[in-house]
Amino acid sequence: MKENVGATGLILNEPLLWEKGRKGRCGFSLPRRDVESFPIDNELAGEGPDFPDLSEVDVVRHYTRLSQWNFGVDTGMYPLGSCTMKYSPKTNEKQAGLSGFTGAHPLLPSDLSQGTLRMMFELEQYLAEITGMDAVTLQPAAGAHGELTGMLTIHAYHKNRGAQRSKILVPDTAHGTNPATATLCNYRSIQVKSNEQGILSTESVADVMDEETAGIMLTNPNTLGLFEDNTKEIAEIIHSKGGLVYCDGANLNAVMGIVKMGEIGVDVMHLNLHKTFSTPHGGGGPGSGPVCVKKHLEPFLPVPRIVEEKGNYSLSDNYPESIGKVQAFHGNVGVMIKAYSYIRSMGPKDLKMASRLAVLNANYIKESLKGTLHLAYDRPCMHECVFSDDKQKDDHVTTLDMAKRLMDYGFHPPTVYFPLVVHGAIMVEPTETESKEDIDKFIEAFKSIADEAKEAPDLLHNAPGKCKVRRLDEVSAARKPCLTG
Amino acid sequence: MRYLPHTSEDIDLMLQAVEADHLDDLFSTIPDDCLSKDDLALPEALTEWELDSHMAALSDAMAVSPDYKIFMGAGSYEHYIPASVSYLLGRSEFVTSYTPYQPEVSQGTLQAIYEYQTLAARLLGMEVATASHYDGATALAESLLMAVRISKKRKVAVSSLIHPFYRKVVRTYFEPTGYEVIELPYLKNGFTDLAGLDELNDLAAVAVQSPNFFGCIENLKKIGEKIHNKDALFITCFTEALSYGLLKNPGSQDADIVCGEGQSLGIPRSFGGPALGMLAGRKKHMRSLPGRLVGKTKDLDGKRGFVLTLATREQHIRREKATSNICTNNSLCALAAAIYMASVGGTGIKKLAQLNHDKAEYLKQELKKAGFTISFESPTFNEFVVEFPAGFDSVYDCLLNKKIVAGLPLAEYYPELVNHYLLCVTETMSKNDMDSFVSEVKS
Ligand SMILES: Cc1ncc(COP(=O)(O)O)c(C=O)c1O
Repeated sequence: MKENVGATGLILNEPLLWEKGRKGRCGFSLPRRDVESFPIDNELAGEGPDFPDLSEVDVVRHYTRLSQWNFGVDTGMYPLGSCTMKYSPKTNEKQAGLSGFTGAHPLLPSDLSQGTLRMMFELEQYLAEITGMDAVTLQPAAGAHGELTGMLTIHAYHKNRGAQRSKILVPDTAHGTNPATATLCNYRSIQVKSNEQGILSTESVADVMDEETAGIMLTNPNTLGLFEDNTKEIAEIIHSKGGLVYCDGANLNAVMGIVKMGEIGVDVMHLNLHKTFSTPHGGGGPGSGPVCVKKHLEPFLPVPRIVEEKGNYSLSDNYPESIGKVQAFHGNVGVMIKAYSYIRSMGPKDLKMASRLAVLNANYIKESLKGTLHLAYDRPCMHECVFSDDKQKDDHVTTLDMAKRLMDYGFHPPTVYFPLVVHGAIMVEPTETESKEDIDKFIEAFKSIADEAKEAPDLLHNAPGKCKVRRLDEVSAARKPCLTG
Repeated sequence: MRYLPHTSEDIDLMLQAVEADHLDDLFSTIPDDCLSKDDLALPEALTEWELDSHMAALSDAMAVSPDYKIFMGAGSYEHYIPASVSYLLGRSEFVTSYTPYQPEVSQGTLQAIYEYQTLAARLLGMEVATASHYDGATALAESLLMAVRISKKRKVAVSSLIHPFYRKVVRTYFEPTGYEVIELPYLKNGFTDLAGLDELNDLAAVAVQSPNFFGCIENLKKIGEKIHNKDALFITCFTEALSYGLLKNPGSQDADIVCGEGQSLGIPRSFGGPALGMLAGRKKHMRSLPGRLVGKTKDLDGKRGFVLTLATREQHIRREKATSNICTNNSLCALAAAIYMASVGGTGIKKLAQLNHDKAEYLKQELKKAGFTISFESPTFNEFVVEFPAGFDSVYDCLLNKKIVAGLPLAEYYPELVNHYLLCVTETMSKNDMDSFVSEVKS
């Protein structure tokens, strides 16, 4: 294993932008002035922003160095649970960069925008097919934005029936965006406990569901990487009290072609194109969070909707019950093109194969590491598995220490301390694009770290040692915030 | 499939390790009645080369410049983007990383976002700026909700000269909250009419856009005084970030929260997204800000480093009490804006903004000379409204056939403005283009 530990690379320091440059430089080719100057009123004129003046070379070196301090999927395995850090195909980037797509103005007459509109219309259809839902909007910008959009359709549905409700059920395994979204919709979150198997039991839902409750926000597969076996029965309970079932589809990567949420009682769900459909995460976005609904929620979807008539695509605002708009224009179209390219490149068989291999990889890691790390729920998992630092307690080594030490072995750490129901959680999601060899190296690294925890725990306490910086003082960063330079 | 590395031998070995006979067995714990019975009805896979021609055909079915001369802005602007910006933005260490939860392996993203926050704050004249939001419209909605949180009052007022779509997004966000949104009318000179403010109370905030939707540069100082007299927070909004290369920034005009769209800063229009929501505020309101923030700190050896900070405002810690539900934002777009601002520079941005202003002014003067009415006489930046003669819509369609887009017809958004068009000119439009535009609309 030792030959896989990180070596010392040539990591060069780089000053902050404004510590560089000289007044009068410019890294931009100013367009020719072919009109006279029209000075503006002194009252209106400002001094201009205090930006540094840099040459093109200054700028290129600066960002090239910065990029070298980053770890991405292209650098190595990135098993960040719940985030589906699969390989982002390069052809997708190429397609999204075509000038007809990048140069498109969002408000031109539909006749001048047929290419993008067709792509969007077809993508909606593909997502409806994959989820088993009836209608789709691509407008939301990310997962949490999809949650908001989806929950607003639920809110509109209840309002439309003349009986708004005040509460929403949210499992204790839910991602933080779920309760935060519920609050934005003015619903009070009622926490439902998962059972000893890590999933929701029908009883715990039946106990709290009532006619004041708008529905449930369910994540399936859930954030423990487990399929919610009782979804159908839970949906029946919710529906029988007039509620609706929201599904957080962030984890769809486990079940493409295997389970269709629309067939098991889900009324509305969002997807993360920047997870399941391979679009890169960009250091924190942009993403895309389409929302898929069943027929009864379709009238509430955001406008404009894309409509097709005899092969001609247009945008329509004519949906009087719509919740309105959730972004100024049509969503993150540049991201949609990448997801569209991915679906077209994979086709139905390989999409299903992707899910099967994602689940195989996760189960393989689960079985291989369960002697080394405490496995929170010892049962077959979906696309990810959740361990904890329980076995390392006596070594006085924590989840954080092991995560940081993994960096020295050349891996991005898993998600840590989430979900909250597992104390010291280590959530591993390998995705299908990792090969057996790379996964074996990851397993070996974790085993080696567990040995180090016993024999030389300070290696872990002091980790990472091979990165650009050592552990950072997050406490003083928050106590005395310095957010600008 | 080239993205799936498993050989059948790999699969067999791994299945053995998990004690399964077949890939389908991995799903055997899922109740049978939850399993989908049919294959996905999707088009069969394309080769890389088939995809190339399919996508090229779609891309070719789009009207874009320079083939088309598009005199339309309205929140989506054409500006030149240096090759160096696109090139650096393609570095896959930036592109394929996640939100920087693990700072030791994410210093590139973190320093870049810290620098973005700094440049954004300087551009807008504010003390702090967030790491990014989805777009200008959601940044405005979040700013108004932030003002409600800070002031604990239940009403907000927005100028009707804020982009119509931004106002729609605000309505969507406010609908379930029970807070009231009031729209302020506009005056004949193209400015927001604040007279109605006197009758309003319990106001959390008033939001005004400048340059406004008609391109007019509002007198923010005076507006701010009026709003502050009502004990409300003063929110300013923008769709054209480049204007602050030339105009007084909103911070210097006493804005409490500044929000808007940063697409002009090196981000292609891409049919409206992804773009860049910008949001900036005062230090005293720092802990009420929605969205991610990057802060400077030190590592164990005392070396400078950067982390995500003030996370106790956020959904992953605060859950239902968070200041927003936002998680993934538009980080890579913020990086594009930072690289763009660094490339243009302090000296360059003044010249570039002046050139934008002058080109638009040239077209405005030429249209005036040709006998058309400029609808609002107030000074403008990049965009202005012109009134064309009745029946111009058929000319508009003829021009489309000649690959000229004569601005945005305003009647759909402002029914009283039939025959009025919102025109836009940036540095990408040549004098020749404008001259032929004028002669086309004249004829
Ligand atoms: C289960 C789950 N739900 C929701 C989200 C929110 O998605 P996004 O970050 O795109 O807003 C995430 C990802 O962070 C997630 O893992």
